Order: sequence, then structure tokens, then C-alpha cells
Amino acid sequence: MAVGEVPELRKRPVDERMWLERIPAPYWVVGILLLILPAFASNFVMFQIMGWSFILGMIALSLMFLAGYGGMVSLAQMAIAGLAGYMVAVFGDSAITDISQGWPWYVVIPLALIISILFATAIGWLAVRTEGIYTIMITLAIAAAFFYFTRQNYDIFNGFSGFNGVLPPRLFGVNWRSAEGFYYLTLFWAAAAYFGALYISRAPFGLALQGVRDNPRRMAALGYNVTAHRVAAYAVAALPAGIGGILLTWQSAQISPGTVGIQAAIDILVIAVIGGLSHPIGAFIGAFIYVLLKTFAIDVLVALGLSGERFQLLVGLGFLIIVFFSPDGLLGLWKRLRESRMKDPLTGLDRGAS
Amino acid sequence: MSLAETHVNDRLSATGTANALELRGVSKRFGALTALADIEMTVAPGERRAVLGSNGAGKTTLFNCITGDFPPTTGWIRFFGEDVTAFPPQERIRRGLRRTYQISLLFNGLSVIDNVYLACRGVSRGRFSMIRPRRDEALMQSAEELVHVVHLDSAAQTLVSDLSYGQQRQLEIAMALSGAPRFILFDEPAAGLSPAERSELIEILTGLPSHVGYIIIEHDMDVALRVSEYVTMMHNGRIFKEGKPAEIEDDPEVQALYLGGDDE
Repeated sequence: MAVGEVPELRKRPVDERMWLERIPAPYWVVGILLLILPAFASNFVMFQIMGWSFILGMIALSLMFLAGYGGMVSLAQMAIAGLAGYMVAVFGDSAITDISQGWPWYVVIPLALIISILFATAIGWLAVRTEGIYTIMITLAIAAAFFYFTRQNYDIFNGFSGFNGVLPPRLFGVNWRSAEGFYYLTLFWAAAAYFGALYISRAPFGLALQGVRDNPRRMAALGYNVTAHRVAAYAVAALPAGIGGILLTWQSAQISPGTVGIQAAIDILVIAVIGGLSHPIGAFIGAFIYVLLKTFAIDVLVALGLSGERFQLLVGLGFLIIVFFSPDGLLGLWKRLRESRMKDPLTGLDRGAS
Repeated sequence: MSLAETHVNDRLSATGTANALELRGVSKRFGALTALADIEMTVAPGERRAVLGSNGAGKTTLFNCITGDFPPTTGWIRFFGEDVTAFPPQERIRRGLRRTYQISLLFNGLSVIDNVYLACRGVSRGRFSMIRPRRDEALMQSAEELVHVVHLDSAAQTLVSDLSYGQQRQLEIAMALSGAPRFILFDEPAAGLSPAERSELIEILTGLPSHVGYIIIEHDMDVALRVSEYVTMMHNGRIFKEGKPAEIEDDPEVQALYLGGDDE
């Protein structure tokens, strides 16, 4: 192109291996483990622990996408997820037959996702004009407004009680709410969201988003429309959140204002921060730890002779400890541990990969 | 948009014969402060010019007026014959004007190659593309060429935050060369560089294709006079003296002003 006069293209060493061989070992281990898990795990572990982790991971991933790649911390991702869940109940089937339209799933699910993407775009359009703490405030305000709206609106959102009896369609003759069925359903979408985020992070859109995070002024000087990029990021991030919201509704077969409350919005932030915002895997690690704490903290407390109601204390303490020792979450902790192990303790020099 | 007002024919006829840059009566005032006063400047295509002057002489303000970061208060600017005075910065960039910044404005969380690739993408289509670039994609190839031009091949995959200061300055130049630059404004590219890095910079600048002209702001006379054919001295927002490097170097007034004489 422009600067000609380069004799020939210098070739960087190209990885000639097959794509299968290029997949790093940890992916093989985790992937196979997750695929064969139903062979030895109980229904409770599959449905409640893993299923819930994947769902919360997806919603936290949408926050990680905005915060990690775009530098925009949004507390509205749970509201976006919740809206998708509500729309599935409103347009599809539920026990509230006065409101639910009973449309077929292939109309309802795309419609629910499109509505949540439009909602997210509107939120983004408002929020990207602000920076830092003000973005957090404006998205928190939207999340709070959405929560109170669902609680007070009886025409569409059925107010305080919400919807129950919201079930996944019986596709291919599989009961997707059985332990195995739901496990594989959530695993599939979590993996799709994870690899999707990873893929987009290296595509022009994702690279430009990281450019906007690092230096918006320079991005504008390079010919990018910074505002449009930020709003588009909200729209893209709505997809994993929306899918997560639908799956969450199917898991408990109901959706109500409590699902989209401010506590839930903050939990998503806690999950994303515990895991680490630098890589999509952080969202799922954070979700897994959160679900473990939330599920077993009561038992631990009771075993210690304390009142089981104090499980939030353990969640909070865990959060405090992780953030105190590693502001960039468990991912950052892991990274530093690896770096220090690669350094020679005497000279401080890099020993190279080991 | 003022874009539509310029006819294609005007632009086509302009590019052949016109000057790369033409400034007439350009002034910039910030409130009561006159940063630039009545600048007249003509730069031919492919010309390499140095702008010298003490701090506050208006050199960077001149660049900001040319790139559109701040529009001038009065006067007009033509870029290859086209009046760009009212154009926003990105329209000037799309016409082939580039600049580097005095303080590096880079993307610290991305690698060298990604920084250059973003710069190449910015002046082309598909800025919202969700498809990963292939290694043989034209933009990716030109990004790799640029990384080579500024001698950063070995650091192509390094994060910008891990680069040395000198390497960051080199990257800044690679980003200015992205797309199809016709004219580049270098704002103190040698500031803070070691002597070795300075000679590398001189090598990069003198090795640019001959049709690419530039203006360089530089405090280091050695660098400035070796990479330019013509020198403009600025003082207090005005053009103070113009001439060939040798004439400027020997000029007693310039020596008094620039080489440590008393400032007025």
C-alpha cells in the first residue's frame, strides 16, 4: 500500500500445525471434563451448580465485554437479561395465561433477544456520554428503574408475582429442563458466548473497542466514531446477557422482580470482578465461585455453629479478600503467580517458559 | 456537510499541480492570547520542512490548526488545493494528512501490530467488522510492512505498555504512515530519545518514500537540519525566518534567539 519500497514481506514464523493441534492443553482438559461431567455428577451438581454458573457467567461475560474491552462498567446487564426472560414469558407460555401470548418458541426467542438488544442499545446511547463513576450511576439508576417498573406494572410484567410456569420448548424430543438436558443446553450457550467474545476481541470491532478504552481521543483522530463504537458494544453485549436471562428464567421456571433487583445487578458486578475483567474466562470462574459460596456457605456456617442466614457475609468476605489481594481478580492473581514462578528467585531474571 | 460542496473535478485538477499545503493569514487566538498571528506558508508536495522555535512559539498550535484539532480563528488552509479549513479532523485524515503527537497517544493494552492495524483500519472500510482479519488480508499486510519500516519487527507482538519510550515513538511514526499518507506532521519525534534512537529516527525519516512530504517540529537542531530541506523559524506565534538549513544555521539573529541568546 502506502509505504512501498519494502523489498519483500518478512514472514513472521507461521504456526503450521493443524488447528486441532493448536488448541492448548488446558482447553482439552476442561472441555472433555465438562462434556463427560454428567457421567459422574449428581443431578443437583449439573442443574443447580453448573447450570447456574454457566448462566451467571454469561450475564457476567456481557459486563466483562463492556468493562474489560470497552472500559465501561454497566450495572444494567442484569436488567437486560431480565427483560429477555420477561419477554419469553410474555410472548411465550406461562401459568399467567391472561398475559402470555403463547406464540411458538421460534418467534418468541428471537423476539425476546431483539427487544433486549434494543433496550441495551438505548441504555448504551444514554450511558456512553458519561465516564467512569457516572456510567456506573446511570446504569444503576436504569437497573433500579427497571426493577420498580416490573414490580408496579401489572399489564405486561404482572407486577410483584411475575410469571411462573415458564418452560423451555420440547425440542428434538428432549426435556431441556431435565438435569442432563439443561446442563448441556447451558454448557452449549456458555461455550458459544465465551468463544464468541474471544473471537470478537481479535476482530476489527473488538480491537477498535479496546482502542476506545485505551485512548478515545486517538481513536477519533484515526477516523473512528468513538460514540458509535461504544453504543454498538452495548448492543453486542446484550446477546450473551439476553440468552443468559432466558436460560435463567427456564431454570427456575419463573421470573419476577426479585430476579432483576439491585442486589442481583450488584451480584453480577461482584462475579465479574472476582473472576477478573481481563479475559472472558474470568466471568465463568467468578460465577462458579459465587455459586459455590452461595450454595454451600450456609452449610459451612451451620457446621461452624453459626447462623446460616449469614451466608452473604461469607460472599462479602470472599469478595473483599480477593479484591484486596488482587484488584484484577483471580485471573490477575493467577497471572502474577505464574510470572513469579518463572522468575529466578535469586537473580530476578526470566527463566523462560517452563 | 461542507464535503459535498467541493466538486470532484476541483479535487482531481487540484492534486496534480497544487501545493501540498497552503496557509494564508492563519491566526489562532485563545481568549486574549494570540498563539498564531497571520501565518503564511506554502509547502510543495514531497517537501520536507522543519519548524523551529522556542517553547510557546506556536508550533504545536500550527499543527492543531492544520489537522483540524483546533480550527483557526482567521485565515484558510488548503491541502493539495482543496480548502479544508472547515473540515473535521477525520476528513483531513481520509485525504492523506497524518500527524504524530508530542506525547505518545497509543493503545497501551494492545500489541504493536494491533495498534498499527487499527490505524490502517481507521482510514478504510469495515471499522465495525466482526470477522477476524486473516494474515494475508491487505490491511494486515500493510500493517506488517509499516512495523518493518519503523524497525519494530521483533516487537510486533509486544504490548505497547511493555515497549521502551523510544520504541513507542517509532510506533507513533508507523501509525502516522498508515493508509495512504500524502503529508505528515511530526511533533517532536526525537524528544526523549537516546542518541542511538535519534540516528535510527533520522534513518526512518530520510528513508520515507519521496512523494511523502512532511513538516517536523524539532528542538534538536542536529535532527531537524539533517532531515529537512527547508526551515521555518517561529517566534511568538509569527514566522520569524525561513531558508535553507545552512542559511538558518549561520544566521546571526537565529543564533542569538535560538542558541541561548537573551529572549528579547
